[in-house]
Amino acid sequence: MLGPTVRVQREPFDPGAELNAFLSQTPHAGGIAVFVGQMRDFRGADRASGEPVSAMSLEHYPGMAERELSALVADAQSRWRLDGVCVIHRTGDLAPADPIVFVAAASAHRADALEACAFLIDWLKTKAPFWKKETTGAGPRWVEATSADDARAARWDK
Amino acid sequence: MSVITVLYFASVKEKVGVGQEQVSPPAGISTVNDLMDWLATRSDGHAKAFASRAMIKTAVDQTHVPPSSPLGNATEVAFFPPVTGG
Repeated sequence: MLGPTVRVQREPFDPGAELNAFLSQTPHAGGIAVFVGQMRDFRGADRASGEPVSAMSLEHYPGMAERELSALVADAQSRWRLDGVCVIHRTGDLAPADPIVFVAAASAHRADALEACAFLIDWLKTKAPFWKKETTGAGPRWVEATSADDARAARWDK
Repeated sequence: MSVITVLYFASVKEKVGVGQEQVSPPAGISTVNDLMDWLATRSDGHAKAFASRAMIKTAVDQTHVPPSSPLGNATEVAFFPPVTGG
């Protein structure tokens, strides 16, 4: 297989174009799983009751962010049989509906691809050094980590 | 001990007031916890940043470590809140 792709970038990316590029590199895979995280325009449980969010900025730890993502990819490759992996993460200023993160995993069969993709995004959210700051009517505010994210990541402990 | 580059991110950086500083801790500073105790004495901002210790995550040379870890020959130590990417 081609080496995995790990990118941390300020520039916006197009998830459709990234998926097509990934597919072109994994012609022998039978199943490809993809997760796209994009910026919400609200804070809280749902859009109807949530406080509107107009902008977001993403800070990261240059160097360690790339290292952590590469380590997560290597871990996924040791757990599942993968034909390809791609992880892309934005930094800097974002607007609502901007893609933040793109995770793709390809395998001979769907189970490995789906599980690897879920593992990668669950662990990314608790290990990769990125921090979101949301701007609401009350001003900018750091997003706080949730125990639900920790619980999802813990499912993959071994 | 030699010079250590200390990095702060997100809310920790805002409290400290700078994102990076070079420090030469005195003898006896042997763990990440020791370093936090010592850094907290540098300014009011540092004290504020290290007041709620349970909310601070630590990395030594770009690897997550618990605060009880030895500093060893670390050249870069980072302090930040729990991560919220993805």
